Amino acid sequence: MNYAHLLAELTVFVLAVFVGVEVIGKVPPTLHTPLMSATNAIHGIVLVGALLIAVVAVPHLGPVLSILAVFLASLNVFGGYVVTGRMLAMFKARPPAAAGDGNKKGDDLTIRLTEDWKP
Amino acid sequence: MIATDTTSLLIAVAYLVTGVCFIVGLRLMSTPLTARRGNMVSIAGMAIALIATGFQLDFAESWWIGAIGLGAGAAVGIYFARSVKMTAMPQMVAIFNGCGGGAAAMVASAEYLKLDPAVQSVAPDLSIASVLTAIIGSISFTGSIIAFLKLQELMTGRPITYPGQQVVNGLLALVAVAGLVCVAIGYEPVPAFFASLVASAVLGVLFVLPIGGADMPVVISLLNSFTGLAAALTGFALGNDVLIISGALVGASGTLLTLMMGKAMNRSVANVLFGAFGAVKPTEGGGSSVAADAVVRESSVDDVANMLANAEHVIVVPGYGMAVAQAQHSVRELADELERRGVEVKYAIHPVAGRMPGHMNVLLAEANVPYPALIDMEDINPEFPQADVALVIGANDVTNPDARSNTSSPIYGMPILDVDKAGRVVVLKRSMKPGFAGIDNPLYALDNTSMLFGDAKSSIDKLVGAVKTL
Repeated sequence: MNYAHLLAELTVFVLAVFVGVEVIGKVPPTLHTPLMSATNAIHGIVLVGALLIAVVAVPHLGPVLSILAVFLASLNVFGGYVVTGRMLAMFKARPPAAAGDGNKKGDDLTIRLTEDWKP
Repeated sequence: MIATDTTSLLIAVAYLVTGVCFIVGLRLMSTPLTARRGNMVSIAGMAIALIATGFQLDFAESWWIGAIGLGAGAAVGIYFARSVKMTAMPQMVAIFNGCGGGAAAMVASAEYLKLDPAVQSVAPDLSIASVLTAIIGSISFTGSIIAFLKLQELMTGRPITYPGQQVVNGLLALVAVAGLVCVAIGYEPVPAFFASLVASAVLGVLFVLPIGGADMPVVISLLNSFTGLAAALTGFALGNDVLIISGALVGASGTLLTLMMGKAMNRSVANVLFGAFGAVKPTEGGGSSVAADAVVRESSVDDVANMLANAEHVIVVPGYGMAVAQAQHSVRELADELERRGVEVKYAIHPVAGRMPGHMNVLLAEANVPYPALIDMEDINPEFPQADVALVIGANDVTNPDARSNTSSPIYGMPILDVDKAGRVVVLKRSMKPGFAGIDNPLYALDNTSMLFGDAKSSIDKLVGAVKTL
């Protein structure tokens, strides 16, 4: 058992949890449904794992279960991202009639947001 | 897997970029203005990870397994994601979540079973990670399926309870943990692994059964965090950092939302985790402060239309009933009509209104209601006393004044929207049947409350017509 390796992984995990709490805490309640859907798509990253166990010389689960694992994970990834995109496209700052104006304001706020990133 | 040192280094860098993309993507969701860009960044990250993974695969023999699985998953996922109605979003999120959990459990099982029998006991860190993934992933898989069935109304949304429920759940959890211990110490590891897997799959079913529809925001958030945790544990089992980072992000997000929802329902995390959900059950009128002879005032469409058109400030309070009736577009139409007459319309959003966090916001956004008009509970509550009319559409328990003042009420202590403080309250409701928790709502018997019975959508459509003719 390689403790150094395990510890390195645990470090990554713990730090990522803290980053997650920090980032998620800033998401406004109005976006909580798209947020759940977005994080849903992100955990579809198990698709990487599913492909790694499925597409090898001898699949570890047998062909049927391997296909099922890849299928479930990619359903999660593709479905999750498309649904998130659909929802986010609906959120508008003002009624569609004034949409042009709304976009302009959006860019101003984006600049402010990028400035927030500075340490 | 014939990767040179340079290739594996590049793959590791690609996975790092993916992790960064996910974090930046979520960070951009801090405002609706940049959220779409955030989703794009997240998609880019996922694409990078998948391309990098492609370089580690051995396509010679079983490329078709990946092609079929990926092609079919993408096709089915995209089809449902595009065709699902916004009102069905909670069950859609639940089922996608379950897919992720199921995939994680399968990956972990494969990873564990391919280990050499000798190694199965020699490398406890890998085997423990695999068993834990199998446990959490399968709870999430079967639990999400039950949540989906309840939300889709393929089974009753009411809590399903039976005597000894907690004991059965406790025993199943014990079997899962015992299996984990056996694997860790190398005692009959393979049967123990499967015992854990099966016990937790059954536990997932039984753990969601007693949870009622109105508590779904908590359950969906919790299952989301479970799948995140399962993905992270898969990362430990496979030694893959990008899975660990992504899973940790999702786990943190789900846990945070679970805590928020618990707080909004005045339930502790322990209460949420140890399944006392059945506690809020229909009580036989017990704990209600509604007098037996209380009468409710039924109102007509024309009266309500007059009241609304002559108001200055109207606060709309949407609930799950609006989603069921698919009334969001009609609500928007009514608000437009009122605003044309100079009435100010705002929307009060309770954190647990609906079946998932932010459910009402998505529905109203679909109906083109600008998001700045949607106001959270803490900010809107001080405005109710100045509002002329509070229009309650299919919301019940989140407006129950008993939660504020009646210590014997099952929902006592739950933060509510103070609709009773508005000048007039109009409640759109199907019938006088109590709300989900089966608790009477004294709001309906107040002097300033009038009821408008019927399907929310047709009532509002009639209101729109009546306001137009005024």
